[in-house]
Amino acid sequence: MDYFLELFLSGLTRGSIYALIALGYTMVYGIIQLINFAHGEIYMIGAFVALIVAGVCTIYGFTGVSVLIIAGIVAVIYASAYGYTLEKIAYRPLRNAPRLSPLISAIGMSIFLQNYVLLAQTPDFLPFPHLIPEFEFMEPIADIVGSAELVIWVTTLVTMILLTLLIKKTKIGKAMRATQQDMSMARLVGINVDRIISLTFVIGSALAAIGGVLVASYIGQVNFYIGFLAGVKAFTAAVLGGIGSIPGAVLGGLVLGWTESFAAGYISSDYEDVFAFGLLVLILILRPAGILGKARKQKV
Amino acid sequence: MRKFTVLLSMTALLLSMAVTGFAADTIKLGVAGPHSGDLAPYGIPAMKAAQLVVKKVNAAGGVLGRQVELLIQDDQCKPEIATNTATKLVTEGVDVVLGHICSGATKAALGIYKDAKIPVMSPSATNPALTQSGNYPNFFRTIASDDMQAKMVVDFAINKLGVKRVAVLHDKGDYGKGFAEFVKKFLEKSGKVKVVLFEGITPGAMDYSSIIQKVRREKADALIFGGYHPEASKLVSQMKRKRMKALFISDDGVKDDSFLKVAGAAANGAYVTGPRDLSSIPLNATAVAEFKAEYGAAPGAFFQEAYSATMALLNAIQQAGSTDYDAVTKALRNNYVETPVGNIKFDSKGDAEGVGFSVYKVENGSFVEMK
Repeated sequence: MDYFLELFLSGLTRGSIYALIALGYTMVYGIIQLINFAHGEIYMIGAFVALIVAGVCTIYGFTGVSVLIIAGIVAVIYASAYGYTLEKIAYRPLRNAPRLSPLISAIGMSIFLQNYVLLAQTPDFLPFPHLIPEFEFMEPIADIVGSAELVIWVTTLVTMILLTLLIKKTKIGKAMRATQQDMSMARLVGINVDRIISLTFVIGSALAAIGGVLVASYIGQVNFYIGFLAGVKAFTAAVLGGIGSIPGAVLGGLVLGWTESFAAGYISSDYEDVFAFGLLVLILILRPAGILGKARKQKV
Repeated sequence: MRKFTVLLSMTALLLSMAVTGFAADTIKLGVAGPHSGDLAPYGIPAMKAAQLVVKKVNAAGGVLGRQVELLIQDDQCKPEIATNTATKLVTEGVDVVLGHICSGATKAALGIYKDAKIPVMSPSATNPALTQSGNYPNFFRTIASDDMQAKMVVDFAINKLGVKRVAVLHDKGDYGKGFAEFVKKFLEKSGKVKVVLFEGITPGAMDYSSIIQKVRREKADALIFGGYHPEASKLVSQMKRKRMKALFISDDGVKDDSFLKVAGAAANGAYVTGPRDLSSIPLNATAVAEFKAEYGAAPGAFFQEAYSATMALLNAIQQAGSTDYDAVTKALRNNYVETPVGNIKFDSKGDAEGVGFSVYKVENGSFVEMK
């Protein structure tokens, strides 16, 4: 039973991160039906910015949680700026182009950003400081759950709640939902659609950056390539949960995290990915729109 | 004019007879390897090493009072050419052979030397089967075979660390998995250790906490990992985070400064294998200096190994007192010789003892060689 709990919790950690990144995919897809392949790179850039800021903070004598918070905030701002620019440069000019064009543009941006960080920073793995402190009260159960994991869960939970409130309760949220339902109708009732789309990218990127900072300080290393695998997994999570659906992305992330964790724990970590993607295939066969996705009727 | 030609040809004939007459008294050392083609950089340093050693030996009076003669043949690392090369060397009457360089070419040529009863020593062929199959009693090498690291790790873990239950993980790659499979094989063969887990992990994955929990559940007292440093740093960091006491042991792919840098304090106490530190061996410095004096550049791949192999072969002939096959192979197996790769002799299968790898322990953020 203990072992089950351990695997459950480690799956929860993984799943939370997948969910944070998956939200960015799903929000963008919900609004402009674009799979933003460069999203994983935003996550990686978030981690790199946090690394640089944390270094600077340490020089100026900040310690402990304050470094994490400052680094996190700067990373979020930076990544949001990247997300905003990305949309403006690579996707907006292609808004009315055939659907394949922005997709190719997204892949191009992904490769560009990876290589940009590779050249501007380093191809090596860099140590990332363990910004999340070890809490005293966690020490008795440190062999099962670490402080870092606790912080990841709490941050994810808080972020999800804030996001839900934003979308359900605020005027901006209402505008986002309207844009998602029908872009031209939203425009007619006076919503600045371009701004809403930009905002979606900014929010998605901010979430990815939070994920990046948390993961990097959890595993203690960053590299220009970490965004790729995380991006693929998060994309899988988004599809699993039903792309376009926000609760779906969270559920998809968690399901994916647990599948991987239990597959590795009870069967074999050799087949971790086989089970994860096998599950994806199975769910898509049974529910083509994903767990919580709504099947859209094709208008002819 | 005609008279002159006759005289010249007579002289030439005489001279050549003199050479043959003299050659009967030389010790013939064949050198085979790629000296042309794209793999030449692997063969030429070995050839130059042989030339340097022979020059030095001849200047000092030769072996058993006889001069050493080099017969150099190019095999381009191609098995089909290597058989011709071997036949040619055998026909020319070589006593011992330094070569070949590539495992494939070496394997193709070995049968021919075996039938002709000629000891062969490679500075670079690392395929484990060449020695371990037992098919080639005439074969020796001065480089560690591919499984030597695994053997070293297993011996160290059992004899020095006294482990009883071991989890073996790898990164699913050729190098890591190959290493892990050898480790598993040797651990099981020892009969003293139980392999509780043998699994691959996904390189680049976000975290390895599930697999680490699994290692803990199996109550492994050591984790042996085959792979490279990014995964190794993640594993040691997460083990430390989960307060795991199991020892971490890994391979040459992890013995990299990045491992120390990225894993930080978590790396302390980890054991890794790596090439032996040759810098403390005086002969190594001498050999490199000789090369630099002669060619004005740093020696290339397998230079030290080839230098050592040439020394070992000539020393064995000296010790054996003849070029007789049985006497020479016996001398190779029984007498230590001081070489640039250390003080070596060969085991019953032909691998050099004490060559190649050392175990290093991470202490205070640096690798410390374990003696």
